[in-house]
Amino acid sequence: MRYSGFRLIREGFRGNTGWTRAWRDPSPRPDYDAIIIGGGGHGLSTAYYLARNHGITNVAVLEKGYLGGGNVGRNTTIVRANYFLPGNSEFYSHSLKLWEGLERELNYNVMHSQRGHMILFHSDGQRDAAARRGNAMAAQGDDAILYDREGVRAMLPFLDYEQARFPIHGGLFHPRGGTARHDAVAWGYARGADRRGVDLIQNCEVTGIDIENGVVRGVQTTRGPIRARKVGIVVAGRSSQVAAMAGMRLPIESHVLQAFVTEGLKPVIDHVISFGMGHFYISQSDKGGLVFGGDLDFYASYAQRGNLPMVEHVMEAGMTLMPMIGRARVLRSWGGIMDMSPDGSPIIDRTHVEGLFLNCGWNYGGFKAVPASGWCMAHLMATGQPHEVAARYRLDRFATGRGLMDEEGTGAQHSLH
Amino acid sequence: MRVANKGLTQGARVIPFTFDGRGYSGLEGDTLASALLGEGVRLVGRSFKYHRPRGVLSAGSEEPNALVTVEGVPNTRATVQEIWDGMAARSQNAWPRLELDALGVNDLLAPFLGAGFYYKTFMWPRPFWERVYEPFIRRAAGLGHLSGKADGAPFEKAWAFCDLLVIGAGPAGLMAALAAGRAGADVILADEGSRMGGRLLAETDPVDGRAPHLWAESVLAELAAMPNVRLMPRTAVTGVYDGGTYGALERVGLHGRARADLPQECFWRIVARRAVLAAGAIERPLAFPDNDRPGIMLAGAVRAYLNRWGVVAGPRVAVYGNNDDAHRTARDLAQAGLKVAALIDMRGEARVEGAAYPVLTGARVTGTSGRLGLRSIRVDGLGGPRELEVDCLAVSGGWTPSVHLTCHLGAKPVWDDRLQAFRPRDGAVPGMVVAGSAAGRLTTAACLADGLRAAAEVLGDLGRTVPPMELPAAEDAPHAVAPFTVGEGSRQFVDFQNDVTVKDIRLSAQEGFQSVEHMKRYTTLGMATDQGKTANLPAMAVLAEALGSPVAATGTTTFRPPFVPVPIAALGAGGQGAGFAPQRFTTSHEASVQRGAAMTEAGLWYRPSYFPRPGEATWRQACDREVDMVRHAVGVCDVSTLGKIDIQGPDAAAFLDFVYANTFSTLPRGKVRYGLMLREDGFVMDDGTTARLGDRHYLMTTTTAAAAQVMRHLDFVAQVLRPDLDVQVLSVTEQWAQFSVAGPWSRELLQSVVDADLSDAALPYMGCAEVEVMGVRGRVFRISFSGERAFEVAVPARHGAALWRLLVAQAESLGGGPYGLEALNVLRIEKGFITHAEIHGRTTAFDIGMERMVSKAKDCVGWAASRRPGLLEEDREQLVGLRPVARSGQLTAGAHLYGRDAAATRVNGQGYVTSVCWSPSFDTSLGLGFLKGGRARHGEVVRLVDAMRSVETLCEVTDPVFLDPEGGRMRG
Amino acid sequence: MRVTCPYCGERDRREFTIQGDDTSLRRPGRDAGAEAWHAHVHLRDNPAGRLREMWYHDPCGAWIVVERDTVTHAVHGSVPAREAAR
Repeated sequence: MRYSGFRLIREGFRGNTGWTRAWRDPSPRPDYDAIIIGGGGHGLSTAYYLARNHGITNVAVLEKGYLGGGNVGRNTTIVRANYFLPGNSEFYSHSLKLWEGLERELNYNVMHSQRGHMILFHSDGQRDAAARRGNAMAAQGDDAILYDREGVRAMLPFLDYEQARFPIHGGLFHPRGGTARHDAVAWGYARGADRRGVDLIQNCEVTGIDIENGVVRGVQTTRGPIRARKVGIVVAGRSSQVAAMAGMRLPIESHVLQAFVTEGLKPVIDHVISFGMGHFYISQSDKGGLVFGGDLDFYASYAQRGNLPMVEHVMEAGMTLMPMIGRARVLRSWGGIMDMSPDGSPIIDRTHVEGLFLNCGWNYGGFKAVPASGWCMAHLMATGQPHEVAARYRLDRFATGRGLMDEEGTGAQHSLH
Repeated sequence: MRVANKGLTQGARVIPFTFDGRGYSGLEGDTLASALLGEGVRLVGRSFKYHRPRGVLSAGSEEPNALVTVEGVPNTRATVQEIWDGMAARSQNAWPRLELDALGVNDLLAPFLGAGFYYKTFMWPRPFWERVYEPFIRRAAGLGHLSGKADGAPFEKAWAFCDLLVIGAGPAGLMAALAAGRAGADVILADEGSRMGGRLLAETDPVDGRAPHLWAESVLAELAAMPNVRLMPRTAVTGVYDGGTYGALERVGLHGRARADLPQECFWRIVARRAVLAAGAIERPLAFPDNDRPGIMLAGAVRAYLNRWGVVAGPRVAVYGNNDDAHRTARDLAQAGLKVAALIDMRGEARVEGAAYPVLTGARVTGTSGRLGLRSIRVDGLGGPRELEVDCLAVSGGWTPSVHLTCHLGAKPVWDDRLQAFRPRDGAVPGMVVAGSAAGRLTTAACLADGLRAAAEVLGDLGRTVPPMELPAAEDAPHAVAPFTVGEGSRQFVDFQNDVTVKDIRLSAQEGFQSVEHMKRYTTLGMATDQGKTANLPAMAVLAEALGSPVAATGTTTFRPPFVPVPIAALGAGGQGAGFAPQRFTTSHEASVQRGAAMTEAGLWYRPSYFPRPGEATWRQACDREVDMVRHAVGVCDVSTLGKIDIQGPDAAAFLDFVYANTFSTLPRGKVRYGLMLREDGFVMDDGTTARLGDRHYLMTTTTAAAAQVMRHLDFVAQVLRPDLDVQVLSVTEQWAQFSVAGPWSRELLQSVVDADLSDAALPYMGCAEVEVMGVRGRVFRISFSGERAFEVAVPARHGAALWRLLVAQAESLGGGPYGLEALNVLRIEKGFITHAEIHGRTTAFDIGMERMVSKAKDCVGWAASRRPGLLEEDREQLVGLRPVARSGQLTAGAHLYGRDAAATRVNGQGYVTSVCWSPSFDTSLGLGFLKGGRARHGEVVRLVDAMRSVETLCEVTDPVFLDPEGGRMRG
Repeated sequence: MRVTCPYCGERDRREFTIQGDDTSLRRPGRDAGAEAWHAHVHLRDNPAGRLREMWYHDPCGAWIVVERDTVTHAVHGSVPAREAAR
């Protein structure tokens, strides 16, 4: 069924009885050309682009819970392409271009809103680092503007320019950055993949990966064995456990990242604002809630929840940066499980098993990567070759030291990125 | 309206307040909701999506409808907010006014605005999303307004510790606290109400032969007299965290006029060895067409308003329920002399004895009327449909245990058929026992008994015993409840605040959003400010019915903190302004400020950027002068912010050999060496100088930025990697004040304050000595970060301020003076010295041209990983100097480097610029940067492009050391 | 989250800095080879369950090994790293 304003009106007059399922609820078949383990944003977009770009539709997505139940549904919804190291630059730039056409591509309003994204800086050194970033964005063909303090003040008059512990020297603005409705992205890809014939199978947990003579043959699941010629592991948050089924030990640690939303308020923050000194970033959703987050809790965790020290630190950062939000009340806090890699950048690569592919290590960058991650993972699975914008996301870069992408410069301590 | 001779507030002081500008009055002890009901106001707000008129639904923090703005604070629950003299409250989400709201038109469009409608439209034309659709949606959404300005109201955070935290001061909580208090435990009893007692304040059935609130008062009086018990009224426990840590929000001054000396609210971190959760239960509404009109309220709330506050939403009331508890509302209303139009019970088998009002069993409410307030209801029963004129309809779908806090650590509640609700899972939170109606025990007698049982259980864990106690007599009537069912017809609201109807939930199921999490996210059920406290269970029942499965199988969504919304100002108390991070000041800070130095943040420290002199209009003039001063006379700079780490022990030398890439065991006593420290992944962590003060005694300096990190790292090496070494490591950064004295006259200056021979023979370059500085034991190091002859002199911090003033005075007598960070930066760039601008975490010793320092003869942190092939390849970006081809050419840090004629695109990137300065010594700009294969490209011309600042400059690639490459000036 | 510093007693999590699992207690020799060093620096078991993790008690400077469950966050004990490392 195609969605449109016209259809909405017609259905409204007919009591909304004509709406059909957004996706089918199939039982697993015994055999597929390709299996995607993981029905999150990346898994669903991989399946979608396998069908759309490569005509591979005999595909199953196996999800142990419900579609989009992981990090795609528990993030701060920020979409941006403001990385500065080669590898990340071209990848996230490609992803942003896919975002920009996503509504019509999927016939689903994911509410991608290019509200503009501002990174604040607070010292000369940070200004120079912001300039380097902006120049990388410009060299990639993306947009960036370096503002001084007065430029930022004109745009964001409500920040504290007088009392702040770390005075605002300026900001790097990324006009095409913004937000999207996170769940809708998962649902849009799910619906799109389903319409192209992909089986989306929920409540189906993979319990083993069948490998014969170094070649993948299929998977074992809680709903029985399923054969496949190609298998993609796309389970950020659980990568270590699933990869272990294929005998792999990954360069990944799992950590919890908390996020917060306030009660709905009339519009007060138009942009996405990032405050590096306080590890704080904030935007306001279309429903009116202030959506914001901070840094990791720093202990390894698979619980989708955090603790008060980071909660309080994030709120203190908010109070020093923009004390006008003090009276907004925090409604809900939650945590996502981050695949943290040694250089803070992801992995999209083949594995030592023929036909088995790996997509993991998204650190903080997973949500905005959803379109390009699926695009490149599908390309890799379909052709056996890495897509050019993801060619640097190699698994062996840590062993060789070649092409590391450590944007934070914190080195191989997974939790510090 | 007020009901004669009812309420615990009878005779209380009269308090005037305003709502939407109109004057009203209430009684002390009133909430805004009870006061408005007392004044006959039923309409208090508009709903989120359809802007439907709404009134008070509940009598507690679960309230979905009655959200108002109080003195600029949006989304305040009228059912919790107490009134004070002159309080001004306003309604929200209505324009131009509450009674006539333009966006009420949304209600007419409801057929087109069902669950998830926005995912299906607004896609064309594309620019319209940001420009047209979204701005409209944003303005229409949201509830209250933030002012956009900081209001400066004080908030606090605090810690508390106890043996036992009792959450909720109703019958179960009071009984538990009383038992624990008598047993001698340290107890905190927290309750979100302004007056403790919970439902005991809202009911009439006697406890211990007295009115229930009197029994509560006597218990509270006993508790208040116990030194080991702390009563915390107006305190909502908001979250459960790991290790027995609870978050709680206390309304300290929020119930009165704001005062500068009183926090509005305080966020408590309570660490409790054990907890009893006695948070009570929340009543469920029922689904029927137009079930959301002002005047339709929860039955238990109607009872609370009547019995506690002596008010009712109108003279004519009907009661509608599916359970026995609803009957009490009818009984209490009738006893208070009010007209009960009917008691309607869905259950055909329900029995009511001796009622003085019509009882309709097996009947349903099938419709209501009244635009801004309830006028009538339609009832379908045995005798056919009939219309009843009422002002208030009390509804009850049964009671749902408040399981929220038991789920915060991830446990899921379990379904209970008897309750037709979920109840807490046993052992859901380590150390917490659930008691009373929160555990599904709904009668007062059961709650009292359960509170005592829970106390006995946790006190046993704490090694205490409960003294013998008698349970007071209380009502113990059965609480039978029928399953939640849905009537016929449309506009049956489930989530009142987010305007989610039965139809929305069914549509969600129809479209395949069948997991309870999908349904929640698709319909937005339970995502409003009340977190669906009244809505979740009915919604799950509707979903289960649509899917043809039991509610138990549908399950619940995840309960997350906070239980009630918490202001950012409370959680972030203390963070505003400079409070966000500690401020560190050097001993020279005051003197620098007195001289008019421009102070800047350096990590947590404050350091002078430059020391302006009269007549200098810009920082550059001051900086150029200070550079010139150091190059030709002498300058003084406070370098105390550098990390200073004292390292002692028989294995101190071996320890440093392991920590540094280069060797320190060979360093003679009385000498200083530059050291390069790697991370275990082979990249540079930090650099600095380390002096050998004795055979077993070294003093390390680190960069300002990395001081804490390096200290932690040294502890790590000493305790984790090399516990075999006998060495002690201690930070002495704050114990010593240290000043750099740099320039041709530095020796003369220092000699005037130091009682020791500073000649080249006695203290050569890279020498160090313990000396007397004006009679104080100090240290001198012959090191240079400027390329000039230079010393650093250190004294115990308490003498720092005095020494600074002395050094500056002496410097001025020699034609010199103090210099700041700007000049320091120019001096080091001219000399090609690196800082964290260059060792930014992505560079190796190889990249900065120091790979020969990495000793191949020993192991050190980072040695093995630094040998990875990718870290030693010639095309890596390597440190170079940059000098504009044209003397006036501009250099900017953060610019990228390209081949002379190549386009400025990513694939052509050759490197980037890390540090630049205007060099008075060379009369041109100079820069440091990283260039692919740069060491082999000296003499080549590259193009610097800074699109951010619109700069393009041709640069010559040079050695990074511009000034005095042989080092004669430093050594001489 | 509350963790016991063996020297100072039970403290809130905010007094600590955390640095990954206890791999560092098993540092390979200098010449153990590229594979061993790659595994040591980068690869992690990353269990969903019990984990031994390195915590630093900032006020007292002690590194301790904390055994903790990564799913429930239950803390099962802590010992000085100096002892665990021997």
